[in-house]
Amino acid sequence: MEDIEHIPKEIQLVDDSGRRLDGRALDELRPIRIEAGVLKRADGSAYIEWGDNRVLAAVYGPREAHPRHLQDPARALVQCRYNMAPFSVSDRKRPGPDRRSVEISKVAGEAFAAVVFTEQFPRTSVDIFIEVLQADAGTRCAGITAASVALADAGVPMRDLVASCASGKIAGQVALDLNKEEDNFGDADCPMAVVPRTGEIVLLQMDGHLMEDEFDRAMKLSMNAAMKIYEMQKEALRRRYVVTDAEALLEERGVDT
Amino acid sequence: MSSEVVSELMREHIVKLIASGKRADGREPEEVRKLTIEKNYIKTAEGSARARLGNTDVLVGVKISTGEPYPDTPNSGVLTTSAELIPMASPTFESGPPRPEAIELARVVDRGIRETKTVDMAKLCIVPGEKVWILFIDIHVLDYDGNLFDASSYGTLSALSCAKLPAKLTGGEDQPLPLDHWPVSVTAAKIRRSIVFDPGLDEERIADARLTVTTDENGDIRAMQKGLSGSFSYDEVRYVISTARRLGNGIREIIRA
Amino acid sequence: MESSTPQRQLVIPGELIASGGLKSGEGTYSEDGKVFAAQLGLRSERGGVVSVIPLSGRYIPRADDEVIGQVVDLGPSHWLLDINAPYPAPLHATESPWRVEFGDTAKYLDIGDSAICRILQVDETKRVQVTMREQGLHRLEGGQIVEVSHSKVPRIIGKGGSMVMMIKKYTKVQGFVGQNGRIWLEGNVEDVMIAIRAIRLIEEHAQALGLTEAVKEFLDRAYAQRA
Repeated sequence: MEDIEHIPKEIQLVDDSGRRLDGRALDELRPIRIEAGVLKRADGSAYIEWGDNRVLAAVYGPREAHPRHLQDPARALVQCRYNMAPFSVSDRKRPGPDRRSVEISKVAGEAFAAVVFTEQFPRTSVDIFIEVLQADAGTRCAGITAASVALADAGVPMRDLVASCASGKIAGQVALDLNKEEDNFGDADCPMAVVPRTGEIVLLQMDGHLMEDEFDRAMKLSMNAAMKIYEMQKEALRRRYVVTDAEALLEERGVDT
Repeated sequence: MSSEVVSELMREHIVKLIASGKRADGREPEEVRKLTIEKNYIKTAEGSARARLGNTDVLVGVKISTGEPYPDTPNSGVLTTSAELIPMASPTFESGPPRPEAIELARVVDRGIRETKTVDMAKLCIVPGEKVWILFIDIHVLDYDGNLFDASSYGTLSALSCAKLPAKLTGGEDQPLPLDHWPVSVTAAKIRRSIVFDPGLDEERIADARLTVTTDENGDIRAMQKGLSGSFSYDEVRYVISTARRLGNGIREIIRA
Repeated sequence: MESSTPQRQLVIPGELIASGGLKSGEGTYSEDGKVFAAQLGLRSERGGVVSVIPLSGRYIPRADDEVIGQVVDLGPSHWLLDINAPYPAPLHATESPWRVEFGDTAKYLDIGDSAICRILQVDETKRVQVTMREQGLHRLEGGQIVEVSHSKVPRIIGKGGSMVMMIKKYTKVQGFVGQNGRIWLEGNVEDVMIAIRAIRLIEEHAQALGLTEAVKEFLDRAYAQRA
């Protein structure tokens, strides 16, 4: 609550020229930086800075699913754990899962299950860990975006990456990618995640109040932004796997099999 | 689960190397891994640091608020240390309530800080018996490659050294924490008859006994913890203490820089 | 060999890698006649099939692969081996080279021991069976095991086995490279350590140009220092 105290009650989230408090236009993303392969122990990992959000994602698996009674004889389980570090928010958060993080973990895991080729790995689990180190609204979108890069880094077979972004409504106007102040004082927030190649929506949540045409505009903003985020995800993976001499590797494969 | 079974070949190999004064990663027995510290890593914390000891990676955040003192120490601030061994950091870490390993880790780091009177708790009293500064130290392990005690101790001291008492809670200007001492822990592992410092993951997994010694800038001993089912002779304890003091001086310079 | 133009293109899951005329191979999937990458890796085209050679990922057992397993559990007439895969691999006493009395399994292989074995079969649900009843399959005694990603194994073996032969020639260590990314090295302790460093060099620079030269130079220097 202390954060709210020093912000005036009648805060003007959008000025007359359509600029937001942090200087962004209504359809502008915060700066995003993604790095793939940042942890040693995990099979795959990624780090994302998204505005003032800082989020790590790691993937283990496919590995033997535990406890055994959870194993699915037909496919891999895709399990996600979204967690906020105690120091990631202004008022210290008690360690461990709360209802919000359990819910986010569930819908994020389901979004990834939509793209992973789970039937190739019966009885295993693909475990995705999202750790929010510093939060500034939009952590689930940042986390899903990073986790998708971590999945690819881990070599997990999947149909496509998943790109995630939110749009909402502030000061009566539809706007892309709300930051914390906008989220606190805005009218609606609508995070989504999409399979960029096909446009399939694999995560969708909304809270607040939107007219149907506002929702359409919000989704259009998010879709466009997700395509930009998709390019950043691929760019991060390319930087990690710079190929300088692929021919040699290919030739060796030919010899050895 | 399977990863917890120690390979006999690995055990024999490390034992054979150590008996001839060598280590699997090429270090000398008394050589610690490269330590890098990034202070002020997290904006949402009043103090923070990311400490990397080799590939072990720990993020420590200090959250500071105000509240009532404990009835038995009305003139003293409150300090609480917690550690989370999140499943992102190792395939052997599981989610759930803190296990004994995490609690031991938090308590050993806490003792090093508390017993040294690193933070002058009397100066953290605002109104005796009514209002004092409350410090939450949270140790977030991101990548586990051996020797969490030392990485966490270095991260914690670094985070405290850059922490600010937030003026927004009491008025005036942000004040640095009153730090009086610089305790540094050094951990030794005993493998058969040999002792190595700053054990790596494989060394830690086959160690018979472990000893952590925290010394201050005067070379005085401030906290100790012996672990695992093996034992040390008195001479070995003396050797570990004197080596910990010497190695601690170099580490303290890195943290104070 | 027919001339197939090697492509050096890094592909990412979901990327279009063939829009017609090519069959969908490993690491790919097809939709409406188009082929897409299913895994991060290098695009490869051979004999009308387009596939993706992975650059990371867990080892998934395939029949006939020779792997290094580590005993993680045992029963009266079988052992359970960890083969660095998501699936544990049972080894039945009848597939071992020994005549094992009921309940005597630990006498031959105990928990923590390692052995070279061959994947006998993998069924539809990925249940794995391994055997040791063949030439060259045996319990490992002495030496050390290093683990790398299974995707790096071809690079460590090298063209026609050239890389691994070079390391053996310089270091005089004996070894075995398992398809599951476990490598066994046995010899003088210092030589084994040099061999491990050479393997780590290959692992870190698996995609580098002139890797063989770099490894040769490393080995030359390592032994010049010791001479």
